[in-house]
Amino acid sequence: MSAAMDTESTYSGYSHYSGHSKKAHRQGRDRHKSPRSKDGSRSEKSVTIQTPPAEPLLGNDASRAEEGQDDNWGETTTAITGTSEHSISQEDIARISKDLEDSVGLDCKRYLGLTVAAVLGLLVFLTPIAFILLPQILWRDDLEPCGTVCEGVFISVAFKLLILLIGTWALFFRQPKADLPRVFVFRALLLVLIFLFVFSYWLFYGVRILDSKDTNYQGIVQYAVSLVDALLFIHYLAIVLLELRQLQPVFTVKVVRSTDGESRYYSLGHLSIQRAALVVLENYYRDFTVYNPALLTASKSRAAKHMAGLKVYNVDGPGNNALGQSRAMIAAAARRRDSSHNELYYEEADHERRVRKRRARLVVAVEEAFTHIKRLQAEEQQKAPGEMMDPREAAQAIFPSMARALQKYLRTTRQQQYHSMESILQHLSFCITNNMTPKAFLERYLNPGPTLQYDRDRWFSKQWTLVSEEAVTSGLQDGVVFVLKCLDFSLVVNVKKIPFIKLSEEFIDPKSHKFVLRLQSETSV
Amino acid sequence: SYLISFSFQQRIEIHKLRQGDNLILGFSIGGGIDQDPTQNPFSEDKTDKGIYVTRVTAGGPAEVAGLQIGDKIMQVNGWDMTMVTHDQARKRLTKRNEEVVRLLVTRQSLQKAVQQSMMS
Repeated sequence: MSAAMDTESTYSGYSHYSGHSKKAHRQGRDRHKSPRSKDGSRSEKSVTIQTPPAEPLLGNDASRAEEGQDDNWGETTTAITGTSEHSISQEDIARISKDLEDSVGLDCKRYLGLTVAAVLGLLVFLTPIAFILLPQILWRDDLEPCGTVCEGVFISVAFKLLILLIGTWALFFRQPKADLPRVFVFRALLLVLIFLFVFSYWLFYGVRILDSKDTNYQGIVQYAVSLVDALLFIHYLAIVLLELRQLQPVFTVKVVRSTDGESRYYSLGHLSIQRAALVVLENYYRDFTVYNPALLTASKSRAAKHMAGLKVYNVDGPGNNALGQSRAMIAAAARRRDSSHNELYYEEADHERRVRKRRARLVVAVEEAFTHIKRLQAEEQQKAPGEMMDPREAAQAIFPSMARALQKYLRTTRQQQYHSMESILQHLSFCITNNMTPKAFLERYLNPGPTLQYDRDRWFSKQWTLVSEEAVTSGLQDGVVFVLKCLDFSLVVNVKKIPFIKLSEEFIDPKSHKFVLRLQSETSV
Repeated sequence: SYLISFSFQQRIEIHKLRQGDNLILGFSIGGGIDQDPTQNPFSEDKTDKGIYVTRVTAGGPAEVAGLQIGDKIMQVNGWDMTMVTHDQARKRLTKRNEEVVRLLVTRQSLQKAVQQSMMS
């Protein structure tokens, strides 16, 4: 195949991408519909996972191999995503409707909480001002004149309110970044405390000052200042409870992904389980490599082969001895001398070699492609106006020479569904613009990166479920285990307390470092 | 089972051999209070800083007299050898005006034979 044909097939491949992919998409979809875990109801704690039969996977591989000549960047394999585009089955409808009603319920709760907090905040902020203004409005003539001390207090009230306003804005006015199942206990407690506090102040004010029309204006103003001071202290309490308390690390948390066992450790302070789950999820998107269902097919087919090899015949007559049957199967499987470990070893060694070979070809192709591009300096730009290209055109010009090698490499490492031709071209023009070397361009494709690197809408899970035996607002303890489930996999989180460390000191005098020779001589006499 | 180690003492009389200008005894010594006792392969107790026979030349006066490798020298001509430095030991053995040295040695032997006879 000449290079000209290569370029032709690349460009035309993109144009008939949609027609071709729909066919394969539908094929693949029918075969792959089952491996999604059916997480229909939120109240149940069990998940049913159906494993697909072994043959269709191999068949799909074969069909993909024969269409390998086509430089097609579209989705010729199935991607198991959360949103279904073409076909909607009965269970999908049920699930979507439940999602809708759940989301409506949660939104209402969130907005209700926000409005309550906002109303309370406004009330609290206006209270001192009201305390000061009401006597002026209602019985101005009876009031004692306000001396210099009193007017000084006005200034301090104004500034303290300003500080309170800025502090509240900094602490509380934030975009909610997550939707948690239960209320924040500390926030609710603080709101209740503020409400009770302000209520009691109003009560006192109403009874002792409004009713009796107290004429000591300075006293009233001092009263208002004391309210603002107390509010500032409550703000300090809020900072300590909501922000500072969980900064010191107390627990070490191990997060393991259920499908492939990838694990990480994080340090957390005193948090409630739901907030700890939030921290874990935020770090998950940054630290864990992206979930790739295509990598799991090998182990699933091996598992199917293990159990499919044995058949149980009941010769002792009718009687459903299921437990005895399964025990017999397990014992027989253990005794059977199968060579699947051999297969696995050679398969993996083979795969490793293939990946390395393709990687070498890819690196060479990309390096060669990058040598064709040269950045024009400013003075050169005036000299040769005819051939100048912007980064996008330059990327499109060198792309065909590396396209085949890149596609083959992505296919071998099963990452092809994460990169479309458009995204590759964009990345290439980005690298050209920023003077990146070929290796920098390739780092995105050689190894699977964290989920954040890929298209947000497709690969981010929209809905996570927190499964926990303890209440999600209770704090973390040593030995707590909770599970974060999404459609395709789950993250098992294990909490361990950092042990109490007893550190003692030992002083060594620098002069005490003395040494002696250890001899063993032999003398002949 | 018990471990009994027999060590018995033996008096050995070595007649020095004249070789040129020197009088040689035909064995090598190791050990001493200024040496490292843990590197002694012949001692039972690795804190023992005594003088041990590390080599016996074949056919030499020491072998003829019955000295064996691994023997611990306790006395040489009446002089104590259990608390001497390596050089002092050498000097006491190689006095030019002495042609005969009488050693008191102690030897660990028969350990394995005793164990076997106890087990059978």
